[in-house]
Parts: sequence; structure tokens; C-alpha cells
Amino acid sequence: MNDLTPFGRVALLAFAALLLAVPWIASGYVLSVSIICLYLAYMGQAWNLMLGFAGLLSIGHALFVGLGAYTSGYLFTKLGVPPAVGVVAAVAVAMAMGSIIGYLGFRFAIGGVYFALLTIAFSEFVRILLDHAKFLGGTEGMFLPVSQESRRGVDLVNLRGSTEMYYYVILALAAGAFLMCRALLNGRVGYYWRAIRDNPEAAEAVGVDIFRFRMYAVLLSSGMAGVAGVFYAFYYNNLFPEQVLGIERSIEVTLAPIVGGVGTLFGPIFGAFILTPMGELLTEAVEGFKQSGLIAKNVKTDGVKLMFWGLAVALIVLLKPKGLWPWVCERLRLVKPPEQRG
Amino acid sequence: MDTVTIINALVSGLLTGLVYGLSALGLSVIFGVIRIVNFAHGELMVLGMFMALLLFRWFGLDPLMAVPIGAAVLFAIGYALQHFVVRRVSYLPDHMQFLLLAGIAIMLVSGCLVIFGPDAQGVQLDYALDSFAIGNLIIDKVRLYAAIAAVAVASALLAFFKYSSTGRAIRACADNYLGAKVVGLNVDRLYALTFGIGAACIGAAGCIILLLVQVHPYLAPAYTLLAFVVVIVGGMGSLFGALLGGMLIGVSEELASVVLQPSMKTAFSFALLIVVLLLRPQGLLGRVAR
Amino acid sequence: MAMLDVQGLSKSFRGLRAVSDVTFAVPEKGIVALIGPNGAGKTTCFNLIAGALRPDAGSVRLAGADITGRRADKVCDAGIGRTFQLVKPFQDLTVLENVTVGALHKHDGVAAAKRDAARILEMLELGDKRHMHAANLTLPDRKRLEVARALATQPKLLLLDEVMAGLRPTETDRIVAVLQRLRAETGITILLIEHVMRAVMALSDHVIVLHHGEKISEGTPEKVTKDPAVLECYLGEGAV
Repeated sequence: MNDLTPFGRVALLAFAALLLAVPWIASGYVLSVSIICLYLAYMGQAWNLMLGFAGLLSIGHALFVGLGAYTSGYLFTKLGVPPAVGVVAAVAVAMAMGSIIGYLGFRFAIGGVYFALLTIAFSEFVRILLDHAKFLGGTEGMFLPVSQESRRGVDLVNLRGSTEMYYYVILALAAGAFLMCRALLNGRVGYYWRAIRDNPEAAEAVGVDIFRFRMYAVLLSSGMAGVAGVFYAFYYNNLFPEQVLGIERSIEVTLAPIVGGVGTLFGPIFGAFILTPMGELLTEAVEGFKQSGLIAKNVKTDGVKLMFWGLAVALIVLLKPKGLWPWVCERLRLVKPPEQRG
Repeated sequence: MDTVTIINALVSGLLTGLVYGLSALGLSVIFGVIRIVNFAHGELMVLGMFMALLLFRWFGLDPLMAVPIGAAVLFAIGYALQHFVVRRVSYLPDHMQFLLLAGIAIMLVSGCLVIFGPDAQGVQLDYALDSFAIGNLIIDKVRLYAAIAAVAVASALLAFFKYSSTGRAIRACADNYLGAKVVGLNVDRLYALTFGIGAACIGAAGCIILLLVQVHPYLAPAYTLLAFVVVIVGGMGSLFGALLGGMLIGVSEELASVVLQPSMKTAFSFALLIVVLLLRPQGLLGRVAR
Repeated sequence: MAMLDVQGLSKSFRGLRAVSDVTFAVPEKGIVALIGPNGAGKTTCFNLIAGALRPDAGSVRLAGADITGRRADKVCDAGIGRTFQLVKPFQDLTVLENVTVGALHKHDGVAAAKRDAARILEMLELGDKRHMHAANLTLPDRKRLEVARALATQPKLLLLDEVMAGLRPTETDRIVAVLQRLRAETGITILLIEHVMRAVMALSDHVIVLHHGEKISEGTPEKVTKDPAVLECYLGEGAV
């Protein structure tokens, strides 16, 4: 809070208040969309850690989500383990995968685009394996048992309840992720991450163990994604390898941070809150145009939303590669410049 | 598992692999010269496929006849892409360029989704089920024709780079950017030409592969990955490597689908990609360009 | 005991002998200059000592401990701080943050590291620029920033690579004074590569001359600058 200008503090409080109030003031549709929005904001934070802080581009983050989802889903359906406990296993599995990929990447000094391809290869490989894993449902899918009564009330241990409950859970996750990343960034880990990102050779010369700190970012990023997987499993209650681990999921995760600003703290959140509503508005508009006959009926609405997102990414990279959030932040004077921070 | 099945799989894989090789050539040419990783590769290929599909539907044109047209259109698109878009982000870090092309790829895929719908569509050719028989060896006509077409286009490309003055100029740019500028080559124009040529290859490969598979928009990411696997195994920036890699991947896919399960064949390619990325990212014939 | 003991250090790059069997010692609390024409192998020596490159042969001992071939961050742990000839500031960080990264090597908390960093910046007369982004500094200031950052790791041995380049004579004198005071107050040992003879003469107790990767002379500054072999390598055969 010290870093914010008075106006920035007000804006943040207003934003937080609005988020807390959503289930009370919004329709069911807006509530569902908000859940997706917060989910993307949370995933964006997780993904951002790897690129923004470890300098590794991952186009396979859906892998960690999928591992978390399937692990907790399997433990729940086959062994009755509640997600409150299953999440530990989910995070462990996701982190294990993350450590393998991270280690391989570093050990063999693979960077940049090659690393991105490595993440895609791993993600697709596991997806196909899951397709063939009958004990996990394979292509038929894994279904988590949900009853009608469980939709009322709140059961955090089993992650069963009303949509409002899910909203607050994802809100808590997103807020928690934000606060944790903020604490890390302002601490020693953050300084070392930023140094490594900026100039690895210079960082090493001042005693930074590059491998260790990059691995921290990879483990944290994959672990966070694993938690998201648990949420995904118990919110949607059905898991298909193509749905959960498909490359579209991985790309989706990258959109909000890119639009908001890779490597910034609030960028992914800002990006999520820009892209999701605009995507929905666009879908509404296209449906509306179809009704009124302005657009042919057989035009796929999904395709239009996807096209919009692709355009957004392309435009951001061309015009504002640092993302929209730094620009907004500066314009609206939300953050104090370094001199005044003390 | 008898020898005949395996040999058939080998031959089949080799032929299909040549088409993969042509597609990978496009990727390799672009990377080898401009040093940009074209993540929109699969999308360009799918565009080529859809073009051949339309030409077949409207004019009854065999996809093989459509190759020159498909190549020409994709050339124009590639040229425009480099000239108007890619050129502007050459100063950004690799991953930002990658993401830009990914964004463009998403736009292209969704455009195809909107126009053509998600269902798979293909061409119905009279000779689709015919084959040549040499003893116990059965070779599908479509596969053989596709392979011949791929080799023809690839040879034209290789000849272009070896013998034409523009081709040599492009190779000069690839070898030494600064030096090329110093001797007065218009590098921007040559880069645009290169992207166009790479895209033309991809377009040709798209038209050709319509002989073998059906097209739908979601094929694009799969083809992008496939081309990357081929190029990385065969060697980034090496033209022969792309063809070699294509054949290797084609064969391994066929063998995997025969020995394991057909649905596992892509998994095998990815496993191979991981191994190659770790051990020798520059591929079998590539230059060390990390 | 010598703070730095280099024996038979050699490094080749594809057949080119960049550093060839170089042996020298830097005494504790000493200031030694490494000079020689461009391409003599001075920076390569630094890189070999500081762990940026692995030597083909030879050994490097710091305060008696063998650090040959260790990775750069481990070399920093052992007590060497270095600057780079082509400066490598953390562009997106402020000047204070740059030095804080160095200070975190010896401080657990960011607050303590920042205080230390600020103190070092004052010493190097960069205090008033501490909130500027490193990308916006002039080259001489960037060089001083490198020194500050290296100092923040509290090294026993400081390797300075051409930090006087681009400075006016008065600025050079000021930095020389800072380094002398630093040595007097903290007992730090300094090995510096320098072309600015003004600084070499004023600062160094001892000078080592490299040419084509080999050591061709060493001694006091006065002796070395009169050595015919040294003059020849700078001015050419006919000139001597």
C-alpha cells in the first residue's frame, strides 16, 4: 500500500470492494463470467512467474493444471479423498512435473523458443497419455460425483456448494496469489528474479545462483497451476484430456498477462479483467447481430471471440509490448515513482 | 508383426514424410534466413488446404493442380506478413516475436473457424483408393503422387537457392546480415521474399496433403508442432535436414501406429522431439543457432 | 600470503591462445594494475579468475583457497567482486536497486541491504542518482554503478575492468581517491585493468604487463613504464 498514491489506494479499495460485492449485486451469468475472469487472473499470475521472473516462456501450462485436476479428481472419485487434502498431492504432482521440465531446460541450456517447444511437447505427450489412461477415464472423461443438495450451503473441505462459494474461493486464490507474489517481489527472491531476468551474467557475478532461483519460479508457477487444477476439477466436475490439457488452454492462460503486462504484478489481473468482459460483450454482440440478420447464422461465435483475442495479442506486441497496465498505471497515477517510495 | 506390414509402413511413412518435409522446408527457410520462428506455420498450411478444397469444390481442380495457385497466394500472404508486421518487431526479444505470430495464428484459425466451421472436410478423388502393387508392397496412389509433388517443389526450391542470383542473395543475408547490407543488398525486400517463399512452400504442402487427409481449422496447431518436430530433428536452417527430418518423422509415425496404436503416433513424435531438444537442439544437420 | 595467486593460467579459443601460461600474485591489501595493448588477454584473465570462463590449464587461488574453474556465483561467495568491460547494469532496475542486488549477497533482509547500498552509492558519489533507472545513466556513471554493485557483495578482492574509461581527469582523480580511501579503510585488495595511465601511476603498487596473452613484464609503475619490452609492445619495434 505504501507504493500507491492516495488515488491509487482509493482505486484499489474500490476494486476490492466491488469484487467482494459481486455475488450480491450481479446476475447468475455475470457471476459465472466473474469466476472465469478470476480464474484467468490467477492462472495469469502463475504463468507470469515463469516468464516474467524466470525468463522462461511456457506454452504448456495447461499441463500443470491438468495434472492437478486429474490427481485430485482421481483421489476424490476412487479413494474418497476430499480436495482440501487432495490439493497437497495435486501440487506435489504438478511441481514434480515442473521440476522435471525446469531441470531439463536448465541442464541442457535450452532457452527461448526451444524451451517453449519443450513445454508444448511435454503437455501434448501427457495429454495423449491421458487419452489412453482408462483408469482416469481416457477420452470418455472423468466425472466427479456431484449431488443437488451439495449445491446449497458451503463445504470447503469437499469444495461443494453454491456458485457463490466457488466465486469466493477463486477470489481468495487470486487475491492470495497476488499478495504472495507481491511479498516475494519485494523481498530478496524478487530482487534476484529481476536481476536474472535483466542480465543473468551480471546477476551471477554478484553471487546469484541462477539455477536455484529459476527453479523456485518454475516450482512456484507449476504448483500454483496445480491448485488451479483442483479448482477446475471441482467446479466443472468433468475432465477430458483434450479440454483440460489442450493447447488452447495453454494459450488462453498467456493472454491476460501479455495484454496486461508480462513481469508486472498487477498486469495479469488487469489483463484478465479487460479480456474476459470484452470477450463476453463481443460474443453477445455477435449473437445479437446474428439474431437481427446482420451476420450469417452459421458463423461460429466461438471463432469470433478467439479472433478477437488473437488480434489483442498481436496488437499489444506491436504497439505496447510492455502491456497495458504500466501505461494505465502511469496515466492514472496509481503508483508512486521510485523517489517517493523511500 | 510380419516384415511385409513393416515394409509397407516404412514406405508409406517415407512418402508421407516427404510432404512433411516440404512443409518443414518452409519453416526452415524462414528461420534459417530471418531467424524468426514462425508459430503461424500450421495456420498457413491449413489456409493452403482450404484453398485447394475450394478450388476443388468450385472448379473440380485436383489439389495437385492447385499447388501453383496455392503457393502463389500463400507467397503473397507471407510477403505481406513479413513486410508489414514481422519487420516491426525484430528488435523485441524472441518470445515476444513468437507470441506475435501466435496471436496471428489464433486470428487465422478463428477466421477459418468462422468461415468454414469446425467439421472436417476433404476432397473425394476418383483414384483415392487406388494403389500400385509391387509384389507384396502396396503403395497408395495418392501417397506416391503426393510424395512426387513434394519432391518436385522441394527441388525447385533448392535449385532456386543454389543457382538463381536472388537465391544466392538470400543465402548471403542468412550468412551475414551486416555484410549483406554493406554490399548493398536490399535486406528488407529479401526478407519479405524469403517469408513469401517459405509460405509458398507451406501452401504447396497444404494443397498436396489434402490428398491424404481431411482439413479442419484445429489441424493447424498439430501441423505447427509437427513441422517443428521435423525441423528440430532434421536441423533448423538446413534444407536437406528438413527433408530428412520429414522422412524420419513420417516413418516413425507409421511404425508407431503399426507397432503401438494409431492414436499414439503423435505421442511418439513428441517424445522424439523432447529427446532431440535435449540432446541436440540444432538437429541432425543444423547449424548451432541457439 | 597473497590474496590472489594465479599460476600458469591458459585459455585458447579455437586455436587462438588468448591467455598463455600467465603467472602472477596480488598481495593482500595491494592495488595491482594489469595493463597491455588491446587484445592482450587482460579481460580474458579476469573472466578466468572470476568464473565466467573455465581455464584450459593453470590454477587460481584466493587467500589460499583453490577456486579454479568455479562458477561465477561461487567465486563471488569466495570473495571476489568484479566489473565488466562492457558494462552490464540491470537496466530496468533503479541505481539503488542495482546495488541492493549486490548487497543482498551479505544481508538477509531487503531493508538492511538497501541501507548498505545507499551508503556505498554515497561513497561513489552516485547517491543523488539512486532513483534513476540504470538505463538512463551516462557511461561513466554506469561504470561507477558497476563498482558500487560489486562492492556491495563485500569482496576481499575487487576486479575492476577499465572503470576510468571516458572520465575527465578530475573525475578520474576522484575515483582514484575513493579507491585509495577504500583500501585504507577496509583493507580490500584491488586488481585493475586500466588504459588510463594517470590512474595506473597514481593507484598501483605494482604493475603487470600482458601482450599477446603472455606476461612480458612486471614491477613498480616507474620501472615498467621504462621497460623497453613494454614500450615496444605499445609503440612497435621501430619506435624503441
